[in-house]
Amino acid sequence: MKHTLSILLQNKPGALSRVTGLFSGRGFNIESLCVAETLDPKVSSMTLVTWGSDSIIEQINKQLHKLIDVIKVTDISEGEYVEREMVIIRVKAEAGTRAEVLRVIDIFRGKVVDVSPNTYSVEITGPESKIKAVVDILRPIGIKEIIRTGTIAMARAPKK
Amino acid sequence: MSKITGAQAIIKCLQEEGVDIIFGFPGGAVIDLYDELMDCPIKHVLVRHEQGAVHAADGLARATGKVGVALLTSGPGATNGVTGIATAYLDSIPIVVFTGQVPRALIGNDAFQEVDIVGITRPCTKHNYLVSDPDELVSTIREAFYLAASGRPGPVLIDLPKDVVASMMDFPDPEPIRMKTYQPKVKPHPGQVEKACKAFLQAKRPVLYIGGGVILANASKELTELAEKTQTPVTMTLMGLGGFPGTNPLSMGMLGMHGSYASNMMVSESDLLIAVGARFDDRVTGRLDAFAPHAKIVHIDVDPTSISKNVGVDIPIVADCKHALQAVNDWLENSADFDSAAMAENHQPWIDRVMDWDKKHPLSYQEEGDVIKPQYVVETLNKLTNGDAIITTEVGQNQMWAAQFYKFNKPRRLLTSGGLGTMGYGLPAAIGAKLAFPDMTVIDVAGDGSIQMNIQELATAKQYGAKVKVAILNNNYLGMVRQWQELFYNRRYSATVMEVTPDFVALAAAYGAVGLRATKKDEVEPVIKEALATDNLVIMDFSISREEGVFPMVPAGKATTEMLLV
Ligand SMILES: Cc1ncc(C[n+]2csc(CCOP(=O)(O)OP(=O)(O)O)c2C)c(N)n1
Ligand SMILES: [Mg+2]
Repeated sequence: MKHTLSILLQNKPGALSRVTGLFSGRGFNIESLCVAETLDPKVSSMTLVTWGSDSIIEQINKQLHKLIDVIKVTDISEGEYVEREMVIIRVKAEAGTRAEVLRVIDIFRGKVVDVSPNTYSVEITGPESKIKAVVDILRPIGIKEIIRTGTIAMARAPKK
Repeated sequence: MSKITGAQAIIKCLQEEGVDIIFGFPGGAVIDLYDELMDCPIKHVLVRHEQGAVHAADGLARATGKVGVALLTSGPGATNGVTGIATAYLDSIPIVVFTGQVPRALIGNDAFQEVDIVGITRPCTKHNYLVSDPDELVSTIREAFYLAASGRPGPVLIDLPKDVVASMMDFPDPEPIRMKTYQPKVKPHPGQVEKACKAFLQAKRPVLYIGGGVILANASKELTELAEKTQTPVTMTLMGLGGFPGTNPLSMGMLGMHGSYASNMMVSESDLLIAVGARFDDRVTGRLDAFAPHAKIVHIDVDPTSISKNVGVDIPIVADCKHALQAVNDWLENSADFDSAAMAENHQPWIDRVMDWDKKHPLSYQEEGDVIKPQYVVETLNKLTNGDAIITTEVGQNQMWAAQFYKFNKPRRLLTSGGLGTMGYGLPAAIGAKLAFPDMTVIDVAGDGSIQMNIQELATAKQYGAKVKVAILNNNYLGMVRQWQELFYNRRYSATVMEVTPDFVALAAAYGAVGLRATKKDEVEPVIKEALATDNLVIMDFSISREEGVFPMVPAGKATTEMLLV
């Protein structure tokens, strides 16, 4: 099953490679990985999407905790959370398809961020399911290039 | 406060940590540090190969329980140390390895003798550091020693750019180390202890399965108390040997691939397996689904990643083994339901059954006239040293015979590369142990193949008066691999025949050591006696029965009850 882990780690040289090295060395999967500084510049936060059986996810959790640079690991997919991913897609936009592309982008609340004589580059943000839907629709029109950020996610604030 | 150099700060840190011996090999990147070492009371032992330095530091650490220290230069010095570091990592041995590095300004330039040793050793250290700021040098070293020794111990590497070691810095007073990202759990959860004890009270066929964690945590006394007052049979992993006295009637010796018949049978029939400081390694469990199939499993370990990694655990206790065993002992003492005599009586049928297995298939070997049997050599070593020597081993059959036939009664007496299985470990480790305990007998039980992997350390031993005794069980084969070829590859001895082997007696002489040889059984005892009586480094070369096998043996991937017997 898919799990989204939120990891706080010391913003030190090599800290990121300790995490990725752990995954490659022990044969764990990484579907996507996003990392950036937090408000405290000494701390980075990482969203890592992985999959595996319960026992593998348990090992991943424990092994991450064991890394000296890791401050905290939360499997946020265990509770309610919001997730977002951004994608920039360069899609064919020729006389016959331009209007269609714009309509699709509009439906998905995307934006055109770059234009060339026969392409549009569009930016779309949303959970993974939405990104997948856009890609499925634009693919037949002709996707020239696609860049995804990978998922970032945050647990929902407690309701009380 | 007056400033001191980085080199001076490093020496002061070592003294603060109580280090009196370090093992190393110099080079350009560490020359400042070597200059400082000349005038300080810390003894530096010049090895002949950096792998030897790390193994020697590791041997010292295993024998004493203190943190071992090695000092290597940059580039090839550092890479030569990697096998030693990985060896310590797999067996959770506390060492700190200092490596020289090119000056900061050159890092990343493919400078002369530059390697990214922090990158290379990331997966085989507990943690490692590149000191990029002189002001962090002292705190880094203090943290490194703390990390190496606490929690689940392990090797820590500190990479020292040459200009950092040469720069001027303050030497701050030591303060208690507090790391917000690292707080190993020492004390057990009382609720888990209670659950484990209640399971114990219910059990009819309990087994204590102990590993190196018992030794690392200095928990032998607590373990022995528990085993005796509950009359529970004990089996040990290779790393756990000595954690419980080998001559205690409750000891069934080692389990696993080359474990005793009784050990493997009792694990497979037990209804409560209490694992203490062990990690369910594949050499111990054999085929996983057939391992301890009827047992409820209690697992005491300081490292949560070891728990339920290979085998599902029913009652985990994350804690230092000593504290956890103490808590179990205390709980039982204070429980109205626990009565030592009643429990002993309750366990008697089980103990009888275990003893019966042991009587039916004890560890044994076949005599063959005046041919020297390796098991007999180890038995004789055991007899003539009263089971009281420090034994290091190389890797292969020699290692297994030492584990099976030497009766380790105390912890920290068997120093062997269990996890990584590093040929060449035994001699340098013996030197480390001997320098720490000059009055003890230290014997490297060696194979003719392995001993050649770090034979150059004979010069180190000679130079520093480390009068270790090397007992080569010489079969002129890479025997353990040959045994697999014999059993599973139609006796096709591909690359396991040692067609050229040096004359070890002459070789001993070349190093200023004493060489002794035995080719017949009745020469074994006199040779060992002479070796023990000789006030020098000694090599004993025993020509053993060439195709002797190590038995019992559980073929890889089989259930541990499917043992091949003698
Ligand atoms: C550095 C290293 N290389 C290879 C091996 C694989 N290996 C394990 S045991 C063994 C044979 C060792 O031969 P020897 O030292 O003569 O011991 P014996 O088994 O004959 O007692 C080998 C090659 C190893 N464990 N370590
Ligand atoms: Mg051999």
